[in-house]
Order: sequence, then structure tokens, then C-alpha cells
Amino acid sequence: MSSAKADTPNQKFRSKRRNQIIGKIVIYAILLVITICMILPFLWMLSASIKSNREVFVMDPFVWIPKQPKWDNYIKIWTKIPLLKFVQNTVILTIVVTFLQLLTSSFAAYSFAKLEFKHKNALFLAYIATIAMPWQVYMVPQFIMMRSMGLNDKLLAMICLQAFSAFGVFLMKQFYEGIPNDLCEAARIDGMSEYRIYAKIMLPLSKPALSTLTIFTFVNTWNDYLGPLIYLRTETKKTIQLGLKMFIGQYSAEYGLIMAGSVVSLIPVIIVFLCLQKYFVEGVASTGLKG
Amino acid sequence: MDEKKAALVQELETEAAELMRQIRAETDIQKKKKLIVKRDSVQRKLTAVRNNRRISRETKRDLVAYSFIAPNFIGFAVFTLVPIVFAFVLAFMNWDGSNAISFVGLENFKRMPQDTFFLAAFKNTILYVLGTVPLTMIVSLALAIVLNQKIRARGFFRTVAFFPYVASLAAITAVWSMIFHPSKGPVNYILYSLFKVPQDQLPKWFSGGLVLFTLVLFSVWKYMGYYMVIYLAGLQGISAELYEAGSLDGANTWQKFRYITWPQLRSTTFFVVVMLTINCFKVYDIAVMLAGGGDGKLSTSATVLVYYIYQNAFNYWDLGYSSAIAMVLFILVLIVTLIQFRYEKKLEA
Repeated sequence: MSSAKADTPNQKFRSKRRNQIIGKIVIYAILLVITICMILPFLWMLSASIKSNREVFVMDPFVWIPKQPKWDNYIKIWTKIPLLKFVQNTVILTIVVTFLQLLTSSFAAYSFAKLEFKHKNALFLAYIATIAMPWQVYMVPQFIMMRSMGLNDKLLAMICLQAFSAFGVFLMKQFYEGIPNDLCEAARIDGMSEYRIYAKIMLPLSKPALSTLTIFTFVNTWNDYLGPLIYLRTETKKTIQLGLKMFIGQYSAEYGLIMAGSVVSLIPVIIVFLCLQKYFVEGVASTGLKG
Repeated sequence: MDEKKAALVQELETEAAELMRQIRAETDIQKKKKLIVKRDSVQRKLTAVRNNRRISRETKRDLVAYSFIAPNFIGFAVFTLVPIVFAFVLAFMNWDGSNAISFVGLENFKRMPQDTFFLAAFKNTILYVLGTVPLTMIVSLALAIVLNQKIRARGFFRTVAFFPYVASLAAITAVWSMIFHPSKGPVNYILYSLFKVPQDQLPKWFSGGLVLFTLVLFSVWKYMGYYMVIYLAGLQGISAELYEAGSLDGANTWQKFRYITWPQLRSTTFFVVVMLTINCFKVYDIAVMLAGGGDGKLSTSATVLVYYIYQNAFNYWDLGYSSAIAMVLFILVLIVTLIQFRYEKKLEA
């Protein structure tokens, strides 16, 4: 009698353990499947980038690394299209846009978060009202305007277009509001001007928010397609996305080369992403929570 | 000069006195506060005039604040606000971009119901939204729940799931069109050799009725990592005590999800759905790159609203019609935003 009583909790414990183990197995199985789905296309890309056009689709037997890897795909791609020029254009565009975005957004956000002034609410409302407005709604009039300003087919148009977003101001303002006001007050009493408070106190403190904004802006500008498609017509002015798409359109059967070009176009994004990854995840999370 | 000053001082003094009287008479505390603020500003102006300062401290403060805002705001106003106003006007105009512009009223909007390509674009966009939003939401929630457990290499899995989001479209769509190539791709090869699907019945992923399905599949794959991160943040906001209490009451895994996780994530889910819906309405480059072929032209089975906006503007130079279609897109997004707004009001109340 007494032994039967002692058994029950033990059995319960054991079945609980078993459930936990099964749960773990299920979780890892799901993760494995998802990871494969996520990674496989990229592995395929790498593999295909060192294959000849014929080898790319050979399935029986399928090999990840061909016997004679065609490394010269990575050399040829630079001469087949002006890839270097595309990369240069994109790098210039991305760096200038990101820099302007960080500077002007954090500047404006400081004012909205920490200063009192006339028409503050009305000015901020202008930003709020446009944040839900898709760029696609006004891209055509914007183009017509830029064209009349003589900015058609110029990288400068792309810079003007992407450097002043409402999103950046929002993100930075939210962050600055989290910094205690006492800090600014103390500095003001010490006789610091607002510009110095911004430069010496706020800017160094806002590294996490700046990193988040950097990645968002960098990734968006680097990967943008529709903007450059509208504005940049001359081949030597195109960005890498546009150039890659053009190459795919022209040489749709050059599978190895297309993949080599794709790998090249991914490298900068991978570097930035891996370096600032922590901030990126935090940034997405914080924009999500505030909604 | 002195006379002028005296007159101004006189004027300001009477204004201040009048405001003071109003403040005393006012009973509503909110209005009273407003009046006090107003009186303070008059008073400050008064001292400024008395002390012969040209610029009051207030004005100086405003100027400093404006100097902070100006660089961004000027760019924003010129390149965003002005075109938005222009877009609204253009929707009621007829213009080819170079000849005279003329007002046509609602003519552009009346053309839409007869335009089969527009109707196809509208229908496809809606179908794409209806397919992508729930699927992405479910997958990213499931992934977030799994990755919120204490497991090995959690950081690695998160990075992997997130990576397609940052990877450039031109590159990953190129891979997808090879993997799903109708005659040579590995996916159809597996269907053929493993599942014995006859050669002539192998799915053509990028044309006909299937193309929307492929677009949805691709979008889920690309965007789920992003929304997973938002869900992860939401999950971390749920207190562990709730789950402990659930365990004590003998709740199983499903019950814990149903009665703790899901209700607690309500506002996160709402945000995810709104963001997803708005982003899906804007779909363009995914469709053009996956289904556009070499020249980037979309057929009726794959066309979307933004594509037709682009076509009308830059291929047909029918700017009025293009803007009218853009207004349809705007209204769709506006409806979603308004729903969000009302829901948030409800949550606050």
C-alpha cells in the first residue's frame, strides 16, 4: 500500500521528464527545418556561383562544390558589367544618405524631445501625418518635381529622396525622451549652449539608437530598387540592385555569373549586419513595442 | 521712438490686465492654465520691450529650436510634403508631364471600374495581402515562441531567421527563380523524382494562377524574421509569474498558449498585423523580380497596384490616372491606419 503511494509522484515526475524531452526534440526539429529553409538558398547561391552554367542544374549527382570550381566567375562578373561602378555608386549613395539621415534626424529629434518652442506640436504633426503615407503614393509627383529641378538621372536626387525621413526623427525622438531631462538642465545651468549639450551629452549617449538607425538606413538604401529605377537612367549611374537586375535581364542563362554577382552584392550588407546585429534586433524590438 | 515704445508698453499692459481678469473669472481649470501661459508670454514680451531688448528670451529660444529642426524639416518639406500635396491635386487632373495640365474632376476615378488591368492589379494586391499577412504572422509567432525557450545556439538561430530580411532582393530573388525554375530547378526535380509528379504537371511557379502563391511564399520567407523579433520583444514582456500560476493550476502547453501567451500578446499581434498589411499593400519589387521576366513586365496574373502606378506614370505618361490609382493605394493604407488608431484608443480607454 505504502509503496504504491510512493510510486505516484515518481511516475508523475518521470512522465513530466519524458514530456520535456519530447518537447525539446519537437523544438529542435522545427528549428532545424526552418534553419534549412532559411540557409539553403544562400548555400545554393554560394555553390552555384562557382559552377559553370551547365553544372548549376545538375541534380544527379548533386554536388555542393564542383570538382573544378570556377573561381573566375568572380573575376568575369567585374568585366561583364560595370560592377565596380555600380558598387561605387551604391557605396557613395549609402554613405551620404546614412550620414545625412543620422545628422539631421538626431538634430531635429533633440529639439522635439528636449526643447520647448512655438508651433512644436504643429511641426511634429507634419511628420506624424506622413509616416503612414506610402512613398509609392507620391513617388510620381516627386519625380516630376525633381525633374523640374534638373535632378533627373542624378545620384543627388536619390540622396534628397532618402536622407530626410520622418522615421529617423521618430526613432531618435523616442530614444531622447528616455534620457532624463535633469541631465540637460544641469548642463544649461552650467552655461552650456543647446548645441554643446547636443554634441557633448546627447549624441554620445544615443549610440544604440544611432546604430539602429544606421542599419535601417544602410540596408534600405543599399537594397532599394524602385527609387533608383525611376531616377537613374544612365548605365554608369546605376546602383548595384539595378545593375544586377539589368544583368539578369540581359544574360538570364549565365547562372554562375548571376550568382557570383549576387554574392558580391550581399557582402557589404552581411558585414554591416553582423557588426551591428545586437542593435538591430533591439531597434526592431523597440520600434515594435512603441508602435 | 520713445512714443512708440510707450504706446506698445501701454498696449501690452492692458492686454495683460485683461488676461488677468479673464483668468480670475475662468472656472475651467484647463482653460485657466492656457490663459496663464498666454499672460506669461505677454508679460515676458513686456519686460523685453521695457529693457530695450530687441529679441525676447522666448524668441531666442524658438530660434535655437528651429535651427535644430531646419536641416531635416526643409528637406522633408520640399521632398515629401510638397509632393504629397501635388499627388492629391494630380489625381483630379489630366497631364502628360509636358503639355498643358487640365482639371477633369472624378474622370480618372471613373475609368477604373472599366479597366481590366487595374481590376486585376487591385484583386491581386488584396489576395497577396490576405495570403501573406496571416501566414507571416503565424510563422513568426511560432518561431518567436520556439526561440524564446532556453535552447542552445539561440543567437545563431535568430540571426539565421533574420538574415533574409536584410539580404538584397535582386540577389535572393535570383536564387529563388533558379531553385523554383519550372523545368530545371531542384524543387521541381524533387517533385518529379521523389513524389513522381508527371513532367507535364510540374508546377510553373512564376506564371498563371501559381504566381501569387509563390509571391506569398517568398514574402513569408523574407519577412518572418523581422516580425519574429517584434514578437520576441512582446514575449519578453510577459511576466514569468503568469506561467508559474498556470503550471500550478495544471495547464498544459496549449492551454498556457491559449490563455496566457495569446491574450498577453494582443497588442503586439495587432501591431504586427497592421505593419504587415501596410507593407504588403506596397508590394512591387518582389513581384517584378520574381515574375517580371527579363524586361520586368508583369502580366495580369501577377500585376499589383504599385506596378500599375509606375506603368501609367513612366510608360504611358498618364500622370493623372497614375495618381488616381495611387489614391486608391493611399485609401487602403488609410483604412488600416484608422482601424489601428481606433483600436489603440480603445486600449487606452
